[in-house]
Amino acid sequence: MKQIISIELYKIFRRPRTYIAFAAIAALIMVIQFGLKMDGQSYAGFLMKDINDTLTVDGKVLNGYLICYILLQLLLVHVPLLVALIAADMISGEANLGTLRLLFTTPYSRTQWVIGKFIAASIYTIVLLIWLAFLALFASMWIFGTDDLFLMKSNYVVLIQEKDVLWRYVGAFVFASFSLLTVTALGFLMSSIANNSIGPIVGTMSAIVFFTILSTLNIPLFSIIKPYLFTTHMNNWKEFFDIKVDDNNEAIYGTILNLAKIKTSLIVLTLHIILFVSASVIITKRKDILS
Amino acid sequence: MNNRLQAQVDPLIERVSQKLGLVNDYVAEGVMKTDVSFIKASLGKVKVYFKKPNLLKVKKEGGISLLPKGGVSVTINSLLNTKQYIALPAGTQEYNGKTLRVIKLVPTDDKLDWVISTLWIDPADALVYKTFTTTKENGSYEITMEYGSYANLGLPSKIIFAFNTKDYKLPNGITLEFGDDDPTAKQKALKNKKGKIEITYTNYVINKGVSNTMF
Repeated sequence: MKQIISIELYKIFRRPRTYIAFAAIAALIMVIQFGLKMDGQSYAGFLMKDINDTLTVDGKVLNGYLICYILLQLLLVHVPLLVALIAADMISGEANLGTLRLLFTTPYSRTQWVIGKFIAASIYTIVLLIWLAFLALFASMWIFGTDDLFLMKSNYVVLIQEKDVLWRYVGAFVFASFSLLTVTALGFLMSSIANNSIGPIVGTMSAIVFFTILSTLNIPLFSIIKPYLFTTHMNNWKEFFDIKVDDNNEAIYGTILNLAKIKTSLIVLTLHIILFVSASVIITKRKDILS
Repeated sequence: MNNRLQAQVDPLIERVSQKLGLVNDYVAEGVMKTDVSFIKASLGKVKVYFKKPNLLKVKKEGGISLLPKGGVSVTINSLLNTKQYIALPAGTQEYNGKTLRVIKLVPTDDKLDWVISTLWIDPADALVYKTFTTTKENGSYEITMEYGSYANLGLPSKIIFAFNTKDYKLPNGITLEFGDDDPTAKQKALKNKKGKIEITYTNYVINKGVSNTMF
């Protein structure tokens, strides 16, 4: 299995396409960081308009932690599309080139190849996420400094102490890895069905866009299916940044408001990963490579 | 001169003023609690700097602090030390088992930020236990005080600023929280329009000098 993973990783990282995602993420993050560095106070002033009517906020609101949160909100919706570029090509790309026959005539079983390819694609996804974390969190901390996290949600504001923030980001990135691995698994499933590269990539992207729209629409009819859609759960990394309060409305250090929601989402995402990969194995095992 | 005479009309106000006059400056350490319906914040350590006649600054030791807009600076010191007011007696009221005298202050200087202030004073020890001040631009503030070991100087051990808050709502398009509505928080925000900032003082350093740069 190690050999398969090494071969697949070699194939992934020698393709120029692989680096499109790294470059795109770097470019997006740098542009946003540059914009906020130059004119972030106007942006913060706009966000805090309602609060400034009542309260005076003293401190470094626009710090690295808030910048990272803003970046993750913007990027974690789009990174799945970049993941699809690689994951959805893992099997169909080989089928398109005709090398799939060659792979399946080696002493390794089809199941071993599929699992090995999926692990390689997952490693790519995790490396991409680490790259995102490095630029969005650590580079922002370096550029903007750190302070308490002053988070403006739609209906309320959460003020998290500086020393209570970093572990939440660790949790959020671990959670995000499950979200992106689900997308990797979906792309992989699409890839196992098709015999060309474009179809599964576009198909995966379309599925993500379609289900994301369903997840975000507050229409009662869709509320029935929403809990079962992986896109509904992908955004729940935000739950790490909501805090419990006691009876005196005092925030409780080190707590998460809705830990159960995170656990449920992790279970749903894991089940999706297992389902998609199992389906990929079954489909690939039955795949006709002779015609 | 006329204003000064009018301010001295009420001897109780004069006693309070004399007591507060013993303190030229102080640096106080304390713990601040923010209780606003739409804000989830934890306790934070603060330092409060005061210098006569009416310079006051609350600084949080690291981190972000939230203070009522303009309200913290309208303290008893800033009301009485200016001497620019007319004191009007308004009877007595029971408050926490004490019979307090109620005195209304009306500023005689149009440039002052406050419009009217009501003080609840204990005539026995010349301590102000509660004030209600209406300002020109920052709404009304109720300040309640508790006293401890620094009562002889008129310095409270606990101070609570209560103020009106406005609605807080950001569109989901800005916060990117589509489908994340939290009805409980929304309901809570609508129910409670009062905000409170509590500062419990742990230590005072009095009349040791405070630089103007602190303000």
